[in-house]
Amino acid sequence: MDIDKKKKIEQYSKKVDLIFQDCEIKPLVDKILNMKPNEIINTITDSGLKGRGGAGFPTGLKWKGAADTFSDIKYVICNADEGEPGTFKDRQILQDKAMKVFIGMTACAKAIGAKEGFIYIRGEYNYLLPKLEKELGEFNRILKDKGFDFNIKIRSGSGAYVCGEETSLIESMEGKRGEPRNKPPFPVKQGYLNMPTVVNNVETLVYTVMVLRDGPDEFKKLGTKDSRGAKVFCVSGDAAIQGIFELELGMPLQEFVDLFGDGHTKAVQVGGSSGHCVPYKKFGETVIGFEGIPTGGSMMLFNSSRSMYHVLHNYLEFFEEESCGQCVPCRVGTQQLLKGIEAVKKGEKPASYLNELIKLAETMRVSAKCGLGQSVSNPFISIVDNFREEIIF
Amino acid sequence: MSTIEAIVKATVAKNGSSRENLLPILQEISKEAGFLSEEAMSAVAKALNISRADVYGVATFYSFLDTKPRGLNVIRICKTISCYMHSKDAVVRAIEEKLRIKIGETTPDNKFTLVHTNCIGQCHEGPAMLINDDVYTKLTPEKAISAIEKYI
Repeated sequence: MDIDKKKKIEQYSKKVDLIFQDCEIKPLVDKILNMKPNEIINTITDSGLKGRGGAGFPTGLKWKGAADTFSDIKYVICNADEGEPGTFKDRQILQDKAMKVFIGMTACAKAIGAKEGFIYIRGEYNYLLPKLEKELGEFNRILKDKGFDFNIKIRSGSGAYVCGEETSLIESMEGKRGEPRNKPPFPVKQGYLNMPTVVNNVETLVYTVMVLRDGPDEFKKLGTKDSRGAKVFCVSGDAAIQGIFELELGMPLQEFVDLFGDGHTKAVQVGGSSGHCVPYKKFGETVIGFEGIPTGGSMMLFNSSRSMYHVLHNYLEFFEEESCGQCVPCRVGTQQLLKGIEAVKKGEKPASYLNELIKLAETMRVSAKCGLGQSVSNPFISIVDNFREEIIF
Repeated sequence: MSTIEAIVKATVAKNGSSRENLLPILQEISKEAGFLSEEAMSAVAKALNISRADVYGVATFYSFLDTKPRGLNVIRICKTISCYMHSKDAVVRAIEEKLRIKIGETTPDNKFTLVHTNCIGQCHEGPAMLINDDVYTKLTPEKAISAIEKYI
């Protein structure tokens, strides 16, 4: 491993250490339970924290939405169905810092008035369950001792990428096929069992805890105006150093590639298979964050030895298999895009056929029912536009 | 009462018979009985008072639930981009040779089923695979074979 690079990354990582920082559990629970619901929501809103699962919805607004909906029964769900290729941070967070995730769920419960919480964890992470259940038992006991009426349970997924979409996750928890719902109504109004429900990503929940502990101003010092705070990045692919790193948001992609690349990086897929592919010539002008290219954490690097046709083909195969099949644009679109690039590669279709396929991808973006079908256009168009010759020849 | 009916009865009693318990119920039966047979799905439908089509629909939606017999141990090799880039094909070939089956098949002694799966969240340590619930990372053909030998 490159020693200089490792040192440099250590320097960067030292600047931010929120997610994996050790915390005293009981005082933190006390602090949060002593806050008023309004106070919690205002602090989170003020911090500018946006969801870290990929969609980037303001967390404070989500909590307020559920708090403002009148109901005796409400739910908090932690979305640990981390299925986006290239994303593996939630696994590490649950492995190392599960208690902080539980505290975040408790803060949300206090803020919105929920008595029951669930962690929906993907089946691929079943091996984490014994430790997680033990820690959860301890945590539920702490809450019981403190007299706070909130209980968390764990639910397992069974190998369906689409269940990371929040309404599909809710359907799955209700014992149905994981097919996304129409929105509105949004889950904060009608979610699990049609009750107001907040669904938050694992990492988001941990950041809420750190914001509530340190105050919103500390958090706002990090990042940029549109992308407050830090983010856990998952680096994989042709990287000199792969792994999980917490970095400030708003970093120029060029800086990121200089830090993690192997010196031959020709493209970075930001945000997993449903994200955008940025070619080397655009590294300088691209910022990692909500004002530039957002990411749920996945940063995959490709060097000059890789064929972007194979990369795109792999993504399309993934989407074709993981499409839930409910809406036509996604079910048929994913199949046709895959068949289409295969036909162009074999010469059965002219190169101009790629333009037709781009139109199809654009149609999927506006007509598919959920984020899965809508976002297939991101990798498709960005790879075909920037590496057209690699798709054809 | 057949064995399957007994398993279904016990699982439903443990989890509760409301619809939102369907997924945990199917997961447990699948683990216990090896797969979800027509008999099992019918029994679940009856116990939860929902249609058999509903149960079948759910059982076939999730890739980790099997409605066809499979081996005692299921090997799932990640085929998504990072693992693919780090030579998962060589690992697959080694396992295929070792077990003398192809991807998608089950060994004649019913010990192993070998399948491809999508991203299992070990991208920085690929190639990776799951054997049942256990995870194995940074695989080489040799490492994969020695992992499998633990289950023989």
